[in-house]
Amino acid sequence: MLKEREKKLKIYLTSRDACFTKRKEGVLDEEVLLLTQQLLSSNPDFATLWNYRREILLHLETVRSEDEIQRLYEEELSFLEACLKVNPKSYGSWHHRGWVSTRLPRPDWARELSLCERCLSLDDRNFHCWDYRRMVVRVSGVPVDQELQFTDRLIGSNFSNYSSWHYRSTLLPLLHPGSPEAASPQREPPTSSACSSPSTSPQTHSHRVCEEQLLKEYELVQNAFFTDPNDQSAWFYYRWLLGRAEREEMISCVYVSREGERVVVAFSRPVNALSVGLLLVVDGQPQQVNWRSAHPRLRHSPMWICDLPPGTISDTSNEHNLTVHWTERHTHRDCALYTGRSESWCRDSATDLELFRSELSVEKSSVLQSELQSCTQLLELEPQNKWCLLTIILLMRALDPLGYEKETLAYFQTLKEVDSMRTSYYSDLCSKFMIENTILKMEYAEVRVFSLCEKNLSTLCHLDQLLLVTHINLSSNQLLGLPPQFAMLQCLEVLQADDNAIENLEGVYHLSKLEEVSLRNNNITQLSDLKILTTCPRLARLDLRGNPITQIANIQSQLAELLPSITELLL
Amino acid sequence: THRCGELLQKADPCFFQFPLCPVYSQQDQEECAPLAEDQQILSSDGEPQGEEQLSGSAPTQAKKKKISYTKIVKEGRRFNIDLVSKLMYSRGLLVDLLIKSNVSRYAEFKNVSRILTYRQGKVEQVPCSRADVFGSKELTVVEKRMLMKFLTFCLDYEQHPEEYQDFTERSFWEFLQNNMLTENLQHFVLHSIAMVPRETHTEEGLRSTQHFLRSLGRYGNTPFLFPIYGLGEIPQCFCRMCAVFGGIYCLRHSVQCLVLDKESGRCKAVIDTCGQRISCSHFVVEDGYIREEQRKGVEHKHISRAVLITDGLLLQSESEQQISLVTVPPLEPGAPAVRLVELCSSTMTCMPGTYLVHLTCPSSGSAREDLQPVVSRLFTKPASAGEEGTLLPAVLWAVYFNMRDSTAADRSGYDLPGNVHVCSGPDAALGSDHSIRLAQEVFRQLAPHEEFCPPAPNPEDIVYDGDGGQGEGAGFSEAAQAEEGAAEEAEESKEKEASQESSPVEVGEMPDPPPAPLAEE
Repeated sequence: MLKEREKKLKIYLTSRDACFTKRKEGVLDEEVLLLTQQLLSSNPDFATLWNYRREILLHLETVRSEDEIQRLYEEELSFLEACLKVNPKSYGSWHHRGWVSTRLPRPDWARELSLCERCLSLDDRNFHCWDYRRMVVRVSGVPVDQELQFTDRLIGSNFSNYSSWHYRSTLLPLLHPGSPEAASPQREPPTSSACSSPSTSPQTHSHRVCEEQLLKEYELVQNAFFTDPNDQSAWFYYRWLLGRAEREEMISCVYVSREGERVVVAFSRPVNALSVGLLLVVDGQPQQVNWRSAHPRLRHSPMWICDLPPGTISDTSNEHNLTVHWTERHTHRDCALYTGRSESWCRDSATDLELFRSELSVEKSSVLQSELQSCTQLLELEPQNKWCLLTIILLMRALDPLGYEKETLAYFQTLKEVDSMRTSYYSDLCSKFMIENTILKMEYAEVRVFSLCEKNLSTLCHLDQLLLVTHINLSSNQLLGLPPQFAMLQCLEVLQADDNAIENLEGVYHLSKLEEVSLRNNNITQLSDLKILTTCPRLARLDLRGNPITQIANIQSQLAELLPSITELLL
Repeated sequence: THRCGELLQKADPCFFQFPLCPVYSQQDQEECAPLAEDQQILSSDGEPQGEEQLSGSAPTQAKKKKISYTKIVKEGRRFNIDLVSKLMYSRGLLVDLLIKSNVSRYAEFKNVSRILTYRQGKVEQVPCSRADVFGSKELTVVEKRMLMKFLTFCLDYEQHPEEYQDFTERSFWEFLQNNMLTENLQHFVLHSIAMVPRETHTEEGLRSTQHFLRSLGRYGNTPFLFPIYGLGEIPQCFCRMCAVFGGIYCLRHSVQCLVLDKESGRCKAVIDTCGQRISCSHFVVEDGYIREEQRKGVEHKHISRAVLITDGLLLQSESEQQISLVTVPPLEPGAPAVRLVELCSSTMTCMPGTYLVHLTCPSSGSAREDLQPVVSRLFTKPASAGEEGTLLPAVLWAVYFNMRDSTAADRSGYDLPGNVHVCSGPDAALGSDHSIRLAQEVFRQLAPHEEFCPPAPNPEDIVYDGDGGQGEGAGFSEAAQAEEGAAEEAEESKEKEASQESSPVEVGEMPDPPPAPLAEE
């Protein structure tokens, strides 16, 4: 046996060297085609040889008749089939097949499709074949509904198949678009869509799939996760189904401070304002301003700030009209600063936009309600299933984030117990939801005070939504720091963050109205940690009791030197 | 050299393929009586009866041309009817052995495509695999979960004794009821997955369920394989492998008597029907060849069998090519559960347009008494011209027979020399585990230090020094020839008789073997 192998190796190496020599000499004939074929059939992953073959074939194209070329390429296809039998996941073979198929004068796409089908029946997760198949479908114009049936079949035989579910998620919006703007005009019109009227969701969110089809999909995917609740692929597809299209990019807020002579612009998604063509017009006059993000570490940020030339709006007896143009997106937002007012803003509130439901679509709540019932039913059977728990939380948030707050917290507790490996993930997610709820409560109450104590917060997020907040209380949580995004709290006057584990104050940066900071019982150890506070000119009261830093000798005098504006220091 | 020949003798009488006129080996003689009767019925089950019912007037289904009895008789050679009806568990001993020994290369298999059951008066599909459960329209999502949960538990039930320890002394049926399974799920698990009677003990029920489940997914969405051309292929495949390595078959010879050594009482030779004496150190024989005098109160059970040729599937589906296992629970208390295997033409056991249906159950009465009630519920008589066909498939031909189930017999039940090894015939079980274990046991007695069915080398792995030629070299020429001969034969005809006649290693020809009397020397 060993002998035989040695012999084979020798033959292989000799042929390989012969090929390389011929390529150097520029030989492009059928003899070399045969030689490379022998080599590739034993090792189909030899990219150089495939390249050489393409060179030869391209050359032969110029000297042969169309029929001959057709025959040549057909032979190539059957040779490739043999290669795929040797290694069904050979990059080289699939790529070459794609190339040959597009060169073929009279391609037989039906045959290619059936080849893919055969390959996928042997291994339904062969992504090379999936890729090739998508190419064939695109080029040969296979109708979308036929493709959907194809995914039906594959999911039917084994639903643990991300490729099939994902393919479905790309086909459904084409076949059953949910709202007019989603039915993109450049695509073929929906063939058999029996969809009800477009949904009544808020203007900025389009449904990806019409409701009738959604209901069918819910049923399908429920069958999957009731059959095997531990299969992730179905849950991920379910998340997609419940979700909605991404929010439109827009300017969500313009804030102007007369006193600070400053304009703050907030966007629906983080952008780099320096490259998107942002233009500020005050009373009809375009202004030459420098945009900066709230913190130098944020290059992409949902919030950008500029200082107006001194004197532009400082006189309180004047009324000013500001417009921010986002030229790249052809959109703008106005804001009027009336006489006698020291600040003004124009914004979409989180409650109006149902912003925090954005992870799930705002379907008719009856649909979501019945989905919630199914999942609760499943949870009764599988109390330990993390996917089910998580989905229930998401459904509850879509339905009524404040009403279900208590249940949500309990489910998070269970999640952390059954899936202890991801405790931190769940903590962060829970923090996010708690912050969202607090923002909602704050907006309903129409106040500028944000208070979130004793909620086990492990992280801060949505800080761009807190632009107008003047008082924030984050006491008794598990925060380790105030991140750069914290600098987006441009109106902040009082910061309370007692009883956390804060050691980093990075985000307390250029908060021009900040007067009082209370950080009792945290983990601030060095003077340098507090250096950032020098950027806040109005800071007058600082409480550092219970921090390691208080143990440093002479700390009081050092602090007085570092922060001369402070009138009340508690150590 | 006798080794495999002896194994063949063991297995051979169990599997017969025959054109429409059934041939029986002698040991089944007593059971031939009902057969003869049925051959009468055969003609009345076939065309004549159809003609009796000319009165019907509704138009026939235009699209489907029904196959007639005359047609199947004319195409008789396209039917391969096994006397024994079994399926191969994908993770059963037989499949493992076929793979291990490389004997699998001589056969091709098809996956049984559906598991069906008879419930509340109709045939329905049993969701047994994950894909079935997912796709089932009949089950609610909660039932899906309950079923999957239960099946997942069964897969490694030994790891969770707390789940069933209260039921060890109670029946599996009670255990199922206690597990929140709805009535239809209980039916599926008990009758179609565990395939055990209600009174079966919990642990045995769990074991059977596990056996079924472990075979799932290896080759497809059901746990079973069926060999193309029928079960008769399996012993033939082992014989071919044996012949390649020098096994010799004396076809159409049977043993007339044994020659015993007076002193030791051991069998030292056999005399065949031509009077030829063949020396031997061991003699392996099937139970049916043993005369009554040599049996010491060996009690035999019986198996009731029926074979039907029908004209349609029991449960319509998109494809006409389906191989189905149908479990029919006892129709009335005390009656046996009946197992039904429906084979389509792509198994090469019947002609296109027909289906070969095997019914099997442990006998409580004659085959007809045991099985006719099931046949009459699931099938109908052929509709004559002008008569509206019912939804049930029609029986074009039927045969009922009983077979001896000698598996319970003990070695000590026979008055035979120590080197005479008796094999039982096939059992009533669905799998072949019993036969494989038996073969292994006999082999261990014959050759205690040899490996049982060791892997045969692949031809491409055999490399000869210095010859530079192809794999098959000297020393293998005979065997290779034999194999080629057999292969040609297999293509030419699947009839065993023909294949044996021209096999190059045969010695002579013999009619069916008569019972072997013992002689003393």
